[in-house]
Amino acid sequence: MSDHELRVSKIRNGTVIDHVAAGQALNVLAILGIDGSAGESVSVGMNVPSGRLGRKDILKVEDRELSPSEVDVLSLIAPEATINIVRGYEVVEKNRVERPDRVVGVLSCPNHNCITNANEPVDSKFAVLGEELRCEYCGTFVRESFADHIDAS
Amino acid sequence: MRHDHLISAAQLSRADVEAVLDRAAEIDADPAAVRERHAGTVLALCFFEPSTRTKMSFDTAMKRLGGETIDMGSVESSSVKKGESLADTVRVIEGYADALVLRHPSEGSAQMASEFVDVPLVNAGDGAGQHPSQTLLDLYTIRENAGLDDITVGVMGDLKYGRTVHSLSMALTNFDVRQHFVSPASLRLPQSVRYDLREAGAEVSEHEELAGILPELDVLYVTRIQRERFPDEREYRAVAGEYQIDLSTLAEAKESLTVMHPLPRVDEIDPAVDETAYANYFEQSHNGVPVRMALLDTLLDSP
Ligand SMILES: [Zn+2]
Repeated sequence: MSDHELRVSKIRNGTVIDHVAAGQALNVLAILGIDGSAGESVSVGMNVPSGRLGRKDILKVEDRELSPSEVDVLSLIAPEATINIVRGYEVVEKNRVERPDRVVGVLSCPNHNCITNANEPVDSKFAVLGEELRCEYCGTFVRESFADHIDAS
Repeated sequence: MRHDHLISAAQLSRADVEAVLDRAAEIDADPAAVRERHAGTVLALCFFEPSTRTKMSFDTAMKRLGGETIDMGSVESSSVKKGESLADTVRVIEGYADALVLRHPSEGSAQMASEFVDVPLVNAGDGAGQHPSQTLLDLYTIRENAGLDDITVGVMGDLKYGRTVHSLSMALTNFDVRQHFVSPASLRLPQSVRYDLREAGAEVSEHEELAGILPELDVLYVTRIQRERFPDEREYRAVAGEYQIDLSTLAEAKESLTVMHPLPRVDEIDPAVDETAYANYFEQSHNGVPVRMALLDTLLDSP
């Protein structure tokens, strides 16, 4: 599927997440909690040729606009992503993701003995330090494979 | 201290440490002067895992300041067993007490608990995380014996899970201290502690053997290597002997070397060492009371 063909299948309202690192599209859906159960229409392009990235993934989600915290987490696995908000078939907003200082409540700490994994009424909190995240409770670092730690609940 | 809680050694500045140690020295010199200082104060001892010494030490410290302690008892007999969260437990106990001491098996537990209470909370050990009140008494002992600047400290044993080591190594970055870490490769300092030491600009090096660096040391801090950390007994046996101190090991040490251990020890230090001037671990343990008195005095509002 080429970039051109994808552009043809425009959505009316929703979000186009472009320039996602190749192979990360399904993780992006996991982060957003999109599994089709809510009836959203989702198109996914994987390994699409890209001038900037060589290969990229692209997602189009009908009737869904991303919240700022979703965009924050998205930035961890898709730092190059652009987010296009579409209304009435027109792109009304085009944003690059930005690394946040802190990620709250989305990833779970890889330290099984961390208090945030113990059924307590607290959100996980990670400080973003360069390319790494650090649990604000137990100090454990998370590098790279952020998608493995997405809190599915 | 700038903080109402003591969660991690990383929050202690040099001035914080010196203020507590100076206060501890005053108390040590004249314990009678503070006998009624915190009369009417209630300290809650919340120990979610057994620790006779740390608990008794806080208990004694509060009572010697004229205050009282309450104890939630063993976890088996408490509502925790019924599945109550830590957050709920500390919020309830906060209603009974003016300060809380928390020992809990999960890393980050003290940080989390402190977010739910308004009274001062002291972390008395959170899993393999931190144990900052132990660090204050360790620093007191080091200061008494070797001073806290221009010294070389060796820390040996289980550096991975040793919370006393994590707190001590961070606190030492406030001072002019060269730190040597000695452990089996599998029990090196965890990445998070190495990161903090690097960020603090600490002068540290890591070794698998003590012999090469022993002659340089002013302080040797020994911790227990826990058998349960090793997948099989043979593997444990292979390393354990390397990290035991006896009189022949110490033949290469400076005469003024101070040997410390947070206790309890199993067989890391031969009892023959106890009779030498090197041994400071019992003194270290006794320092727990005046130092914890000073800490509680600092955290509690003065009367
Ligand atoms: Zn954690």
